[in-house]
Amino acid sequence: MEIIMAFVCGFLFMAAIYLILSRSLLRIIIGTGLLSHGAHLLIITMGGFGGNNPPVLADGVTEYVDPLPQALILTAIVISFGVTAFFLVLAYRSYQELKTDDMTQMKGSEDHE
Amino acid sequence: MLQILCLFIPIIAAFFMPFFFKKIRNVHTGWFVLLVPLFLVIYYTTFIPVISKGETIIEQLNWIPSLGISFVSYIDGLSLLFSLLISGIGALVVLYSIFYLNRKKEQLHNFYIYLLIFMSAMLGVVQSDNMITLYLFWELTSISSFLLIGYWFNRDKSRFGALKSMMITVAGGMLMLGGFVLLSLMGGTFSIRALIEQAPQLATNDLFIIALILILLGAFTKSAQFPFYIWLPDAMEAPTPVSAYLHSATMVKAGIYLVARFTPVFALSEAWIWLVAGIGLLTLFWGSFFALKQTDLKGILAFSTVSQLGLIMSLLGVSAIAYHVDGAEDTVFKYAAFAAIFHLINHATFKGSLFMIAGIVDHETGTRDIRKLGGLMSLMPVSFTVALIGSFSMAGLPPFNGFLSKEMFLTAMLSVTEFDLFNFSTWAPLFPIVAWIASVFTFIYSFYFVFKTFTGKLNVDQLPTKPHEAPIGMLISPVILAGLVVTIFFIPNIVTDTFVKPAVVAIQPFLYTSPNDVNIHVSAWHGPTPELFMTIGIVIVGLLLFLTLSKWQKLYSILPERFTLNRLYDITINELLGSWMTRFSKLYMTGSIRKYLGYMFTAIPLIVIGTLIVKNAFSVTFEGSSPIHLYAVILIVVLVIGTLTTVFARSRITSIIALGSVGYTVSLFFVIFNAPDLALTQLVIETISVALFLMAFYHLPKFSKVEERTRFKFGRAFISIAVGVMVTLVALSSHSQKFIESISNYYKETVYTEAGGGNIVNVILVDYRGFDTLFEIAVLAIAGISIFAMIKLRLSRKEKNYESK
Amino acid sequence: MKVNNVILQFTAKIVFFIIFFFAVHIFFAGHYTPGGGFVGGLVTASAIVLLVIAFDLNTVHKLLPINYIYVVAIGLILALGTAAISMFVEQPFFTHFFDYFYLPLFGKTSLHTAALFDLGVYLVVVGVTMTIIQTIGDDE
Repeated sequence: MEIIMAFVCGFLFMAAIYLILSRSLLRIIIGTGLLSHGAHLLIITMGGFGGNNPPVLADGVTEYVDPLPQALILTAIVISFGVTAFFLVLAYRSYQELKTDDMTQMKGSEDHE
Repeated sequence: MLQILCLFIPIIAAFFMPFFFKKIRNVHTGWFVLLVPLFLVIYYTTFIPVISKGETIIEQLNWIPSLGISFVSYIDGLSLLFSLLISGIGALVVLYSIFYLNRKKEQLHNFYIYLLIFMSAMLGVVQSDNMITLYLFWELTSISSFLLIGYWFNRDKSRFGALKSMMITVAGGMLMLGGFVLLSLMGGTFSIRALIEQAPQLATNDLFIIALILILLGAFTKSAQFPFYIWLPDAMEAPTPVSAYLHSATMVKAGIYLVARFTPVFALSEAWIWLVAGIGLLTLFWGSFFALKQTDLKGILAFSTVSQLGLIMSLLGVSAIAYHVDGAEDTVFKYAAFAAIFHLINHATFKGSLFMIAGIVDHETGTRDIRKLGGLMSLMPVSFTVALIGSFSMAGLPPFNGFLSKEMFLTAMLSVTEFDLFNFSTWAPLFPIVAWIASVFTFIYSFYFVFKTFTGKLNVDQLPTKPHEAPIGMLISPVILAGLVVTIFFIPNIVTDTFVKPAVVAIQPFLYTSPNDVNIHVSAWHGPTPELFMTIGIVIVGLLLFLTLSKWQKLYSILPERFTLNRLYDITINELLGSWMTRFSKLYMTGSIRKYLGYMFTAIPLIVIGTLIVKNAFSVTFEGSSPIHLYAVILIVVLVIGTLTTVFARSRITSIIALGSVGYTVSLFFVIFNAPDLALTQLVIETISVALFLMAFYHLPKFSKVEERTRFKFGRAFISIAVGVMVTLVALSSHSQKFIESISNYYKETVYTEAGGGNIVNVILVDYRGFDTLFEIAVLAIAGISIFAMIKLRLSRKEKNYESK
Repeated sequence: MKVNNVILQFTAKIVFFIIFFFAVHIFFAGHYTPGGGFVGGLVTASAIVLLVIAFDLNTVHKLLPINYIYVVAIGLILALGTAAISMFVEQPFFTHFFDYFYLPLFGKTSLHTAALFDLGVYLVVVGVTMTIIQTIGDDE
């Protein structure tokens, strides 16, 4: 299972990077969304799927899934939501200001001070 | 506790300044600020009886005990003297600033916040016994000085001066930190007192000399010694109260303090004597010589400050000689340290008053250019009197305190000729000669300052505003200081017994154990000694040269600008860093974010895969894998289809919905992998995200129809494949080899007994790794507020609040 | 976009309360069973979003006149304050305390400072999510 998931993560990253390197702002945002999904799956895969029970104490159960990756991912999920929303607003505000969503035209100008 | 608290009282008071400034508009904010230094003066005065007996008081507050870092308030003669100077001059300067800064036009809260931060920082510097906190406060003085010099930040010159002082003093501070670290490595402690006790052992260490040089560099940059003095003249762009406070009375004396404080540690070293005395003497001469080149009143005072700091520094260097002479407490070598501290007090009084007068002249006439000024004596009689007292004291004339300490300075310099260790006999005659020449120039620039401004012809048409005497409030502080200048001359022994002798004990603990042992009596008349003849010579030659000044002042313009130290600084900052480095950076920093992303995503797989190969870390094993679920396979298929749809969708709505489907699939994965918390969170988040995308949909651009060039697409695909391969390799390797046991077992065992919870994931979040969560919600809040700001504030690039003048 | 959708609005009103109480439940259950501040906050936010979809932003703002920025601030202060409590009793930052009590109606209950911290998390999550939704929705 872990082996297959490793490839799935790789695939998700690949798709995400492909989108992030595109010219359109919206595609870049969608790319970051995919990237965070990939990262979450990667973390849980690296932790392994051993143990048959969720990490919630229950009577008579001794084998729990590793809880640490889950805690990390939970944090990451919420952060990635905040970041995605931030990007989204940044994108449409810059679209409103600059009238373009083409990354090749969005260059820092020399006299930006 | 009060003693430590007092270090922070100014900073705590700073928090309330915006409130006072915004809510109580009718009262000048300075009146509230004034309470702080006044309280501190009274508080530190209560220490005088104890300290002047030679006792010390210490209080400690642990900050990072595991590293041995703590806030220490160590009060002995030296630090009490400095604390009183900081709070006393601080009170006078704040009083002066109330009349100097207009409460309707100036951003007073900013000014006083910076000033109060500085006050705390400076008190911290002089009272810290722990070198790390000393460094902390040291840098804080640099930062507050930066803010104060740049207080009028819409002037180019202010910003330039602020940056210059920051660059030089912070660079020096960093070097000093290096010296501190070396010292602590050698001595095994951060405490200066503990280091002093083991000074002889330290001197045998190889690193000793490096630490010495590094710490001296810190002190020299801060105290504007040659060749680092160049920041001080440019710092004169600060409001005059700041110049009077930071750049003559207190901050620039931090370097002096440091040298005095570390004298017991380093005095055994020959290099210390040569460096401190030599650089000090050079600075003394250099500063006094170039002071005459200046035409700006504050410029003259800046160079004069440089020169006087050099004088004190050279005295401290000479004072170290006493460690190499047996029974020095009864020889002429005893005078140097005493003279250094005595002159430090005197300098603070006369230079403070002179700066305030320069500010008054600037305030009342609108210019500080000495070529335009003249004949103000009849219009500003009080200011003239104060200026006269200050200048004569600076020139070393009786009946003013400068005379006393200057005589003693000459005594100390003459004493060098009697020292015969370390090849001193060859060079020693230079010391009194240079000191004498510098004193002549000091005499000339003192006269230059006062007489060019206040006597001669009055050109009212050249002055921007019509001159008149300053308001009484502005005169109080300079008059008090000038009063001190005269008073100290008549009661020198009371002052020296109370303040100077305890400080000398702190500098020379090897010689004295209590202030009573310091066997020095100050007297204005001590017979026809060589010092007296030197002084008479200074007056005669100085007067001659001053009267012929207009004939030879032109000589200064012979030295071309190209070879000055300022030019060197400009070249370093502008040409080397500014131009050359920028051009290099421009080669790859093209401003295109896509390029940057390209660099990053190329570099990451290169580095990671490279490391995997070099370290031979890649391995795959099927052992320990969990069995493959049928559901999981279905989910994988769904996930792949969803991802592909996201990537290749032609319309944005398809793309967004496909992304949502990927998210839901991921949450189903979490269900399979026994992660109920994650599944729940992911499910809700995905719902809200999709709602968010759809809400923002209206504002977003359509996918552009422009076909991207095929060649770039290929490069893009290549980079993304590389990243994908890298991730897969890392995931496989990390699955296949586990080096250390997961900390999770500890969590599993203690979750109920120690943390009182059942859901391990949640307990990790709120308890074991609470810091993560705390910062995470902080990040989330920042994201939320920035979104709010981006939408609501609508800052457009056309709106610029502050234009450069 | 003023569509008068009676059935949706009526259902939304009822469902809102159901979701909201569910959110409160999983928030409190979080220490022992799946749930907690994050999920609770998100579920609460989604309940409000449901109302926004059924009615519109102005109506919802009248129903719940809350400045969500303040909610964020209160949450942050609560979380930081809880973490700082332990400093006043000479314990390292972030030490939590708990004990078991017998309360009427609830039976054996544990009172835990971690729950206060979690409440801070809950408030921040609700506040931020709603700030984002509201500002984007408000934007013309």
